[in-house]
Amino acid sequence: MTTEIRLHGRGGQGTVMAAGILAQALAEEGKWAIAIPTFGFERRGAPVSAFLRVDDKPIRSLTNIYHPDVIVCIDPTVSRAVDIFAGIAEGATLVLAGRKPPGEMTLPLSARRLGLVDAVAIAMELFKRPITNSVMLGALARTTGIVSLAALRRAMEDSHFRDAGLAQNLAAIERGYDETQVLALKESCHAYA
Amino acid sequence: MNQHVNSSRMIVCDGNEAAARAVVLARPDVVSVFPITPQSSLVESLAQFVADGALGAELINAEGEHSVLSALQGACLAGARTYTATSGPGLAFMFEPYVRTPGLRLPMVVSLVTRDMLSPQCVWGGQQDAMTVRECGWIQIYCEDVQEVLDTVVMAFKLAEHKDVLLPVNVCHDGNYLSYGVSRVELPAAELVDQFLGQPEVNWHIALDPERPMSVDPLTGGTGPGGAASFVGYRKSQVRGMAAALEVFSDIHAEWGERFGRHWAPLVEEYRLEDADIAIITIGSMTGAGKDAVDAARDCGQKVGLIKVKTYRPFPREAMIAALGKVKAAGIVDRSVSFAWDCGPLHQDVMTALFASPLRLPLVGFIGGLAGADITATHFERVIAETTRAAGGNVPSSPVWLNEHD
Repeated sequence: MTTEIRLHGRGGQGTVMAAGILAQALAEEGKWAIAIPTFGFERRGAPVSAFLRVDDKPIRSLTNIYHPDVIVCIDPTVSRAVDIFAGIAEGATLVLAGRKPPGEMTLPLSARRLGLVDAVAIAMELFKRPITNSVMLGALARTTGIVSLAALRRAMEDSHFRDAGLAQNLAAIERGYDETQVLALKESCHAYA
Repeated sequence: MNQHVNSSRMIVCDGNEAAARAVVLARPDVVSVFPITPQSSLVESLAQFVADGALGAELINAEGEHSVLSALQGACLAGARTYTATSGPGLAFMFEPYVRTPGLRLPMVVSLVTRDMLSPQCVWGGQQDAMTVRECGWIQIYCEDVQEVLDTVVMAFKLAEHKDVLLPVNVCHDGNYLSYGVSRVELPAAELVDQFLGQPEVNWHIALDPERPMSVDPLTGGTGPGGAASFVGYRKSQVRGMAAALEVFSDIHAEWGERFGRHWAPLVEEYRLEDADIAIITIGSMTGAGKDAVDAARDCGQKVGLIKVKTYRPFPREAMIAALGKVKAAGIVDRSVSFAWDCGPLHQDVMTALFASPLRLPLVGFIGGLAGADITATHFERVIAETTRAAGGNVPSSPVWLNEHD
């Protein structure tokens, strides 16, 4: 069964890199994953998205994702520029960066689970810059269980990060995992369990 | 990497990195580069591999693509194994040395990370750049996925350098979907690739060597004595080399399959074609979604198959006719256009192959995936539906533009 994940962020936050590290982590766990980013001329700050499919068998379709099972949004404001919930599947899971209380958020009725973390605050503490990708990988692991924290850690260690940069990103994954609040979204209304 | 000399290992990377890793495995002597979207990360990877010591090549960071290929021509004439990669406008700027390379019989490998041609302005994938140079005498190969990019770039060196071929090879992979598309691939062990490629042979047929002086690229043609004959002699041997490439590449694929366990179809792949009524014909990264669409149609009882074109130049006409002989109609999906024929270039080639054979069947042309546009399952459903109608005699007279309303 293929699970489809769509990641949203802004240029410079590492959305595309997060998709690549996630694909690596999933492959290490024996899964098959493909990740296709969409970007062009965009510079720092412009909306960026990436599509990731994961399955227990090889994946052939190299296409974009239109009905994601999971939305990961690593930037709290990009939803003003793009409809990050466009086309989401029935029963979808949302993994969002933000500090707004869930009750004040406008969320799609078809979503069933929400993972919420103040990723910008964590990133500012760790990196002194709002680079939220690693924090949100931890949040994804916590919210969905689709990938283990250990596999994410190993994938990060295999990446181009070294020394202090690697240590910071490992800490970011960890804190994203620990500090994500996971909520079940009720079927009939916008209330939260 | 050094600790994995004897065994293949799983890695996760995009098509650009896969091409760069294949280049590392092929151990070229000289690599010359100039970055251009969507190829840039490929040459950045190569530069990193050289910096890390994984690739022992001379890296020439030239001031533009014209110089990139000119430098490689010199290196190749001095006996070096050479590689570069380019895309769209970079390929256009490379054109003058590009058209000379096949006639010089220089066995280079150059990846084309395909991109739609300007204008209108765009930076996204499409095959118009590669298709624009389809008649220049380079061998052209198109890849379906990241693993095929990796395997094919290695195999391309063996093809280019084969004594019956001695021609430059373009290995094409689609911008965006393959250049940046990440997946899990098997990286063959360096030692096994060394055994596969064998000792590189210096191209003594055209070499700059003070010990063996020769006139390189002599003046031929004209109406003087022997002029026409000498030019025809060169051209005929070039055409012969091109024709020989089909069989040589098939043998190379068979050997690759034996050594590495991955059996790619060298010319055209037939997918679920036995007992099929219609076929869709694909090229490049759209193929995977096409195969999934065929499976879905089969699940609904439709007898559909797929023909994937891997080797495009020289055109594998016998293999194509053999495949088409199994169906009653075919729908060709092109990712570029032929301005001359109001159809896609692949469509035009399939028509030509058919006319050169006794076989006749209805063809429907589809153009999709231009400038980064997606060719999805839904688009392929339409391809299958239109082609099924064509089998019943209802053939559209002009191409169907799949993304016209996307």
